[in-house]
Order: sequence, then structure tokens, then C-alpha cells
Amino acid sequence: MQPSPVIQAQHLTYKFISHDHKIEVLRDLQLSIFKGEQIAIVGSSGSGKSTLLSLLAGLDIPTSGSVQINNSPFSSLDEDGRAAIRAQSMGFIFQSFQLLPSLTALENVMLPLQLTSQANAKERSHEALHNVGLSARMQHYPKQLSGGEQQRVAIARAFATNPTILFADEPTGNLDNTTGQVIIDLLFQMNIEAGTTLVLVTHDVSLASRCQRQLRLENGVLTEQIALSGLAAL
Amino acid sequence: MMLSLQLAWTQTLSLWRAGALRVLVFSLVLAVTAISAIGFFTQRIETALNQQGGLLLGGDLAVTADHAIPDAFLKHAEALGIATAKTYEFASMVVFNETNQLAQIKAVESAFPLRGDLALGQRATDVGISVKSAPKQGEVWIEPKLANLLDVGVGDDVKVGEQTLLVSALLLREPSRGGDMFGFAPRLMMNAADLASTKLIQYGSRVKYQLLLAASPQQINAFSAQSTPMLGRGEKIQDVKNARPEIKSALDKAQQFLGLSAMVSVILSMVAMLLSSLPYIKQSLDTFALMRCFGAAKKTVLQILAIQTMLIAFFSALLGILLGFIAQFGLATLASSLFVETLPPPTITPILTGLIASVAMMFAVVLPHLWQIRNLTAMNILRRETVSQQLSMQAKFLPAALVMGSMICWQARNIQLAVSTILALTALCLAIIGFSYLVITLANRLFSSSLNTSLNNQLLRDIKLGVLGLKRRFGLSTVQMIGFSMGLMVLILLALIRGDLINNWQASLPIDAPNRFIINIQPNQIDGVKQFFDAQKIKGGTVFPMVRGRLMSKNGKEINTTEWEDDRAKRLANREFNLSWTAQMQADNQLLSGQWWTPAEHGQPYLSLEQDLADTLGIQLGDELVFDVAGDALTLTVTSLRKVDWDTMRANFFAVTPPGVLDSYPANYISSFHLPVGANVAMNKLIKTYPNLTVIDVAALMQQVRGIMQKMSNAIEYVFAFSLFAGLAVLYAALIATRDERINEATLMRVFGASRRQVSLAYLAEFACIGLISALIATIAANALAYYISVQIFNIPFQFNVMLTASITLISILVIPFAAWLGLRKFLNMPARQLLNSI
Repeated sequence: MQPSPVIQAQHLTYKFISHDHKIEVLRDLQLSIFKGEQIAIVGSSGSGKSTLLSLLAGLDIPTSGSVQINNSPFSSLDEDGRAAIRAQSMGFIFQSFQLLPSLTALENVMLPLQLTSQANAKERSHEALHNVGLSARMQHYPKQLSGGEQQRVAIARAFATNPTILFADEPTGNLDNTTGQVIIDLLFQMNIEAGTTLVLVTHDVSLASRCQRQLRLENGVLTEQIALSGLAAL
Repeated sequence: MMLSLQLAWTQTLSLWRAGALRVLVFSLVLAVTAISAIGFFTQRIETALNQQGGLLLGGDLAVTADHAIPDAFLKHAEALGIATAKTYEFASMVVFNETNQLAQIKAVESAFPLRGDLALGQRATDVGISVKSAPKQGEVWIEPKLANLLDVGVGDDVKVGEQTLLVSALLLREPSRGGDMFGFAPRLMMNAADLASTKLIQYGSRVKYQLLLAASPQQINAFSAQSTPMLGRGEKIQDVKNARPEIKSALDKAQQFLGLSAMVSVILSMVAMLLSSLPYIKQSLDTFALMRCFGAAKKTVLQILAIQTMLIAFFSALLGILLGFIAQFGLATLASSLFVETLPPPTITPILTGLIASVAMMFAVVLPHLWQIRNLTAMNILRRETVSQQLSMQAKFLPAALVMGSMICWQARNIQLAVSTILALTALCLAIIGFSYLVITLANRLFSSSLNTSLNNQLLRDIKLGVLGLKRRFGLSTVQMIGFSMGLMVLILLALIRGDLINNWQASLPIDAPNRFIINIQPNQIDGVKQFFDAQKIKGGTVFPMVRGRLMSKNGKEINTTEWEDDRAKRLANREFNLSWTAQMQADNQLLSGQWWTPAEHGQPYLSLEQDLADTLGIQLGDELVFDVAGDALTLTVTSLRKVDWDTMRANFFAVTPPGVLDSYPANYISSFHLPVGANVAMNKLIKTYPNLTVIDVAALMQQVRGIMQKMSNAIEYVFAFSLFAGLAVLYAALIATRDERINEATLMRVFGASRRQVSLAYLAEFACIGLISALIATIAANALAYYISVQIFNIPFQFNVMLTASITLISILVIPFAAWLGLRKFLNMPARQLLNSI
């Protein structure tokens, strides 16, 4: 029996108007992502990858079509309804890290745990930072950390809440090759350990190739879906 | 809610530890310190000034009557916890050996004086020691003049009525004496407990009974409000303003100025808060976008932002109030040693003002953003894509403008002042927007047209880069310019009005203002008096004729004083007028309506009346009035109305005719003049020659009035100096409002190869423009507003102060760019790599 998808997008369309021109970013898109899968959404700059990710994560709402999470309506929920599901089951890693400059590394990791009133926020954040190798830099502010370290804090923050789905938007986009490689290794390792479903947006082919599936987005349409033995590639 | 509270608290602590709140908190604290310190100080000074006035009355309020004060007033005062003292004043003979002398007796209860003090000495030449008590029972204090006339000294016994009393001291100074300028018989002060034994007060005696009261302004107001309906015939309630008209206007103006200063400090502080909260808002948006990503409910996010804002506003306000209290305490200590003996304790109002201003302003700034983010998706906020489009600039600042408007109305205490200030501030904002747009457009054209010629010059290119920076950041630069110009405008405004007010006071009582009046001069003595003036080189010693006349009818209708409700009108109509005549209108008079007579009209039955008197008696231009002058009915037509400046201490008349109208009636003459120091001997000689002359010495009274005006001037100088702090808070906040953007831009310029010199020049050029535009607009607005406030509200002439205006403009153009450059300087010296990490 075919397992039911964790994320299912149906007839997903996203348009916006810029300078009196209607721009269609996503067109009638169909997508199913299953539990534990690692999915890479690839495409050139401006192809709509990040928009697709933000729709799947409920950070934005589609012009038409729908997104379901665990077979329940998601995109049709109001902002707070989607936020509640995000709090319950999603984690995020952004290209520009999105750490709050006025919070220490530890406080940045603690923030999502505190927001959802989770127990032992501090201990769990300590552990998460320890897991990414930043035990010694917990009290540092983002501007005192290197780019790679900042992204590690972001990874610790994403995994600290034990999400079932992890969205990563160009996680190595702001890092050099070596650091990027270290971050990717860490991300995949933690993903496997936690059994998380990973949805990754990237234009880095080598990074995409480590995922089980690659979805290519071109002109608003998912043009190919290549099944890879991503796990074997590890 | 608990979660929001907890998160808001931890967020605020984290922000504080990270140093992200320092600028905002510093601005808030500085602003609240300025509001509360000026609030505390002006309020204490204001109360003290009232009490200064109070010491001229001997209390804060007096119930006066021509009969014994009904007990109800005393009971009423006691019920309200008000301190009281009764006084009795009447004229009576004082006897020593065989000499009799008419004296103005004042019998006072032991609690007298409730306000102020008396100066006593053993000899007339003593400096005197200050006492705050009444003569003991069985003792009297007499003025040196009475001692001279009776040839009596301290330790002698004098007889007052049927009682013999010991002269225990000479009364050298009695502040509460001044109000009765024409009560020229010398003073004898005694204890009221001795009054009965003198048997001087009998049925029908002419006695002025007074019940003096002293308490807090609230208690006094309560007493006044509740007692006014109880007033019977011949009873009135007097406060310092109606008892001592010569200082009323000065006191009113000082209070208005203090009110204006307090209002200005509130405006400035709120502008400072508004400007310094802008970077905080930007920072908060990031935090809350992320929280939404992590799944926080909209309500939670909004609650956290609201609570966090309140915590920042509240704790900054508390600290500001504390510092404000300490600052005013120091200021008050300094002030008390210089011009006010004791200041009344501060009250809670400035605390509330500071707290409300801080919390309301922070909410007003944050509210539009809360409104904005509640409808945005997390992605919207992260990408900042619709943040700036959803709310117009006006909508963003509308709540802040409303809060500021309400605070102005609350603080101004005068709706005319509040409305004019709000209109001026609105006009200022519009002018800034229009003017900066104009400057940018012009600069753009200028630089474009000279692009291929003079712009080859590197210096000009750098300046262009800076000036066009205004265009790149039009919104932010405009807000910044509004901040600068508001700060400058109110400072110039206060400086102008303060100068006008103090000059006006000094001009109203110049050093050579008349200090003596001579009354009862007979026609055949005029030449002698004029010779005395010439001999003593007394300038402006004019002799005016006076003919007594009673007003009988107006426009053929007999005057019936019972028809008037106004007590003053009844009093004025019942007494005889001193009619005078003159060819030229006196210099301190101002013609308000009608025509002054020409030489050809001399002898015509015309009359010029003082405006207030005409208003009180309902007399208009063209009315025909009949006076009974020495038994004749004299018909006079009102041909002009005048305003008389009574503060000048010169002889002035309510009713004046042309020469040739009253000449045939019996007249005596009056003169006012300035008797130079050392001319007393000559003066005494004149009096010996003409013993009928009565000389009234008003020098002491004038000295008192001058002293009070000096104290008020000092108070104004102090408050003005402190308002500068609020002004500096605004200027600082305006500087830091766009600092982050500028550092980012400067960093990128450095990365792309701009030299430190280039960045500095661009920066200085941009801020020189900002300083110039702000200073020009502020100068124009401040002068317009100062003109309006001086002429319409304070009723003093306005003088355009070119030096002040020009120097402030020049200082702004130089200091603003320099201060801004100082703030950026440390970033110019950092390596570009380090800069990139720090932004």
C-alpha cells in the first residue's frame, strides 16, 4: 500500500502583480512528499523555488490550489492555524541565517522552544548547540560568529524543536565551499538521526544530488522529477 | 498571556544586554528627565511666585470687609485646614508726650504674617532683621517716619486710643503695605489682642477688616470657590492678583512663560522619543517575523511586542522621573539661594506627565506597526516586501501626532496657545517636506547640468553624492529634518519670548521711573514746584491739574448705580472723578478709538476716557456725559478712548478734557517725578515752604515690584536653560534616527573603494543641507510663532532679533554636520572587512 504523503500540493498557483504586470511564479503545480524523504527543489535564480518552499511551509498563501500537511488542509487555514502547525512540526533554515542580532546563540536557539512553551528549553538548546559543535560559543552574539557558525546555530535552532519536516532555503548560499560542505554534512547527518522529512531549496547541483529526489522548477512548472538513491550517495 | 509576559520580559532583558536598547532607552530617559525636571521645577517656581505675590498680601488670599468678618468664613477656613490671621486697619491719632500724629494703625493677630516677613530695627538707618511674627501684646512697631514725627524712640511708650503701648522696634519693611499706595499716614503695628483696650473701634468706625488665609493652592481654590457665594454687602475675596494689580500682569506672564516652557519640553521630548524609536521598530519587525515563522500565534506576537514596548517605556520613564527629580532638586537648591527663599514641595503631576508621555508615545509609535504586521504573512515581513507599502507615511505617524496634540492641549493650559502651537508644528512639517523636496530637485538639476564641466572636480562630486543622499533617503531625511527643526524652532521661540518678556518688564519700570507723587498742589504753588524740578534737574516732572466731578447722567439718562451688577462699576460711579486736562496725550497712553483733539478744538466740551473704565460703565464713543463740577452741570462728549499703562507709576487720569474746558473751576494739581538719590533735603525744604503739599513716597513699593520682576526673570532664565536639555535630547535623537542606514551606506562606499575623505565629505555635505533646511524653516517658524505669542497672548511688543536668528542658523549649519560626522567617525577608521561583519 502506497504511504500517504506528509506534504501534498495540488494545483498550486502563485501570481503577483508588479508594475502593472501579472507575474505567474507557480503554475498548477502537483507535488507529494513522503515521510523521511529528502527532497531538493532546484532551478535557476528567480524560478520560484523559495516561493514554493514558503507556500509548502505556510509562510505565504497560494493564489489558487492547496497544500495539505498529513492529509489535513493547511494552506486554507488562517495565519494562526498555519503558525500552530509550523510550531508543532516544522523547522527552518534560511540562506541569510535569520538570527536575531540582539540575542546570543543560546537565546536564538531557545526562542522557538519558548514560543511553544516547551519544557527544558535551556537544556535542549544547550544540547542542540553541543550537537552542532558550538558548546563554547553559546553566549556569543551573531556578529561575533563566522558565517558557518551562524548557520550552525540556525541548524541547532531548527532541530531543537524536534520537527517532523525541515525546510532549508539555500542553506549554503552564503557560505564558501568548504564551510558549505561541513554544514551540508551536518545537516544530512542530523536529518538522518532525527528521521526528519527534508525539503531543500538550492541551485547547487552537488547538494541536490545528495537528496533522494530532485524537483526541477522552470518557468513556474515542475519539469522533471528524478528519483535518486540519495541515501546510497551518502 | 503569561507566556507573552514571560517572553516579552526575557526578550527585553536580552535586547538590553545586547546593547540594542541603549540608544532608545537613553533618549527616553533623557526626554522623561527633561519633562519631569521642568515639570517639577516650573510647578514649584510657579507656586513660589504665587507665594511671592502672597507675601505682598501677607497671605495667599484675603477676605476683606468694611465690617467685622462673619464667623462663617473663619469656620470654613478652619474646616479646610487653612491657616488664618485677622487684621484690622484704620486711621487714628498716636500720642507721645504732647505730640499727636495721625497714623495708619494695623492690629494683627499673632499668626501674622502668614506669608513673607517684616524687617525690624532699632534705628531708621539699620539694615533690619527679618521676623515672621506680630508684635507682642503690649508692644507696637512703628515706621521710622512716625518715630520722626513724634520724636519717639525704641523703648518709649506711646498712647493709642486709651491704651499705652511700648515701642519695641522700628518697622523698616512691611511687604504687605505696598498695596495701599495712597494710605500715606505712617504705620503703627500692634497686636490685635490689645485692640479692645484701646477702645478705638466703635460703632461706625471706618475699619478695614481682613481675614488672611494661607494654604496649598488646592485648599485656597476650594475656599475661594465655596466662599464666594457667601459674600455679603461690602465683603470681597482678594488674591494677590486683584489686590496688587501692579504685579498681576507680570505674574500672569511669568506663569504663562513657565507653562510654555513646560509644554515645549514635552513637545521636544516626544519628538526625541519618536525619532529614537524608529530603529527599535525596524529591529522588532525582524524578531516578530521570525517568531511567526516558528509558529507563534498572531495574538502572542502582538502581545509580546506590546508588553515589551510598555516595559521599555515604563522603566525608562521611571529612571527619567528619578533623574528629573534629582535634577530639579539641584536646580531648586541653586534657585532658592539666588531668588526664592523656600520652594514649596514638588507634587505628583510631573511624574504622571513623564510616565504618560513615555508610554503613550511609545505605543503611538509601535501601534501602526502592530496594525501592519497583523495582516502580513511571515514571508512578507522577512522579505520586507509590503511593509513599506501597506501604511502610508502619514498613517505611520498619525497616532504619534495625536498623542503629541493631546499632550500639548494638556500642558498648554490655554486653548489659544495649544491651537497655535499645533498649527505651527503642522505648518513646520509641511514646510520641511516642501522645502526639502525643492532643494533636492534643485540640487539634482544643478548637478546634472554641470555634470560634464565642474563635476570633474572631485570635491564637487563628493558633495553631490552627499546632497543626493537626501533624495535616496527622502522619507528618513524628512523625519530627521522635522526633528531638527522642531528642536531648533522651540529653542529659538523660547529665546525670543524670554528676551521680549524680560525687556518688557525692565522697560515698564525703568531706573528713572517716578518714585514720588506730590498731591494737593495749589495753583499759586505750581511755579515753585517747577523751580524745584529745575533746580534738582528732574526731567519729565509734569504738573497735572485735577478738578473733581461726579458723573450725573449718560445720554440724558440719570446714573442709577443700583442698576449695575458689577461692584467696580458701582464704586467708580459713586466716587468723584478726578478730571484733568491736557493738550497732548501722555506718552504712556495709547489712543484706541476716536480722535485726539487738535489745538483748534481746545475749549470744546470733549472728553477722552480710559478704555477699561468706559467698558465697566458701559460708555461708548460719542456718548454725552453730564458731570457735576462744583455745583455746575458740565456736559462732555466722549471723543476718544485710551489705553493707559498703569504699571509706569506715572500720574494718569481716567477722564481728560482739552485745555480751556475746566480752567475756570477750582483745581488742585498733582505731579509724579523721579527724585534723585540725595535730593531729600531739597524735597524737605520744598515741603517746609509749602506745608500743604503731600508727598507720597512709592520708592519702596517700586523696589518691591522690581524685586519680584527680577525674581521672575531669574526663574524664566533658569527654566529656559533647562529647556535646552530637552532640545539637546531631540537633536541627539535626530542624529541617531538614521545612523544605522548611514553606517551601512558608508560601509558599502568604503568597500567599493571610497576614501575616508570622500565618505566624510559626502556625509558632511548631506548634513549641512539638513542643518540649513532645518535652521531656515525653524527660524522662520519660530519668529512667526514668537510674534503671534508675544502680541496675541502675552500682549507685549515683538522685536525681531536678527543676531539671535542668524547665529542659530549658522551654528546649526556648522554643528549638525560636525556632530553627525563625529557619530560616524569611528566607523570610517575601521577596515572594510570588519565593517561588513558589523552590519
